[in-house]
Amino acid sequence: MAQKKSTFWNMLLTLSGIALVAAFVLSFVEGQTKDAIDKAKTNRELEALAAVVKPFDNNPFAEKLSLPIPHKKEKLELYPARKNGVVNSYAIKTYSDKGFAGRIEMIVGFFMDGRINNFVITQSQETPGLGTKINDEKFKAQFHGLYPGRTVLKVRQDGGEIDAVTAATISSRAAVDAIRRAIDAYHNFYTGNK
Amino acid sequence: MDKTSLQNLTRGLVAENPILVMMLGMCPTLGVSTSALNGLGMGSATLLVLLFSNAAISLVKDIIPPLVRIPSYIVIIATIVTVVDLLMAAYLPALHAALGIYIPLIVVNCIILGRAEAFASKNTLGQSLLDALGMGIGFTLALTTLGIIREILGNGSVFGLSFLGEGESPILLFIMPPGAFLALAFMIIVFNHLRKREAKS
Repeated sequence: MAQKKSTFWNMLLTLSGIALVAAFVLSFVEGQTKDAIDKAKTNRELEALAAVVKPFDNNPFAEKLSLPIPHKKEKLELYPARKNGVVNSYAIKTYSDKGFAGRIEMIVGFFMDGRINNFVITQSQETPGLGTKINDEKFKAQFHGLYPGRTVLKVRQDGGEIDAVTAATISSRAAVDAIRRAIDAYHNFYTGNK
Repeated sequence: MDKTSLQNLTRGLVAENPILVMMLGMCPTLGVSTSALNGLGMGSATLLVLLFSNAAISLVKDIIPPLVRIPSYIVIIATIVTVVDLLMAAYLPALHAALGIYIPLIVVNCIILGRAEAFASKNTLGQSLLDALGMGIGFTLALTTLGIIREILGNGSVFGLSFLGEGESPILLFIMPPGAFLALAFMIIVFNHLRKREAKS
């Protein structure tokens, strides 16, 4: 079949037509998948939360509190986990802008006595296979049950007590930075509550 | 299957392998192949997009004036990639979380536009699908192999299963960008050596 001639009107109409069809297809698919994507995101956040706090039976996201961070405008969100109405642990959503590639977001869980339970990276653009290892158990194990006041929370290269992931010092530093931010916010909240 | 169809299907595997022979799509190849699983995931996503884009372009090839065919193809490919991205985010969230940042990059993968321009714009729907299948599988195989090599050397594991003992450390260089170039170069040398020897005999 002969191809259409490249006249001005032919080109204009074809390109506009294709763009119009593309726009319709995209808005249709977006509308169809929106609910499922939102649900997947909530599930992912709930899974991350469940990994860092004790078993709970409330909806911690519904009871969120905003915690101010010293010297910063932004606030961190705190989610209390309750079992039979009693708070048994807290999770704090924190972040660091010192990552190797943009912002790192994580959820850190605290026991009632201020010890760290665990953390989960919820969003990062770190190098797969290198920086993403800050979400591996080998790195995380250093933080389980850690008393914030008793450990120098810095990577060893900076004179601290945390072993950075090999070849991912910057990502490890960012993870520690995010955790420290959560600790500061939690400390303020904790002392303010007494 | 007749001879031309078979040729269109198998061409992408060895004779015109997109990575190892045509050297197309080097950016995702070097960037994503840090582990076997990443290679496999990216390869499969590319294969899917390639099938849709070759099909769409072979269907509309006659109504597109030659002078605006490249912009038209790009709009079509970008739409397909976005649709695949949305569908994966909705129904395969785990895979999407692992590959999320690479999916949009498929738009600028030369293989997609290359096959649209070199094949789908001149051939029927059926042949274009065969071509996409062959090229996509060839791309996936090469990417996964490169991922396996880099993961073994750079991380001491295959598909996430570590085989290193305590105290043994892998050659980290191979996970990092220089290792990608080195591993790919050696892979191309070996592949083309074998291919030429095959052709001679």
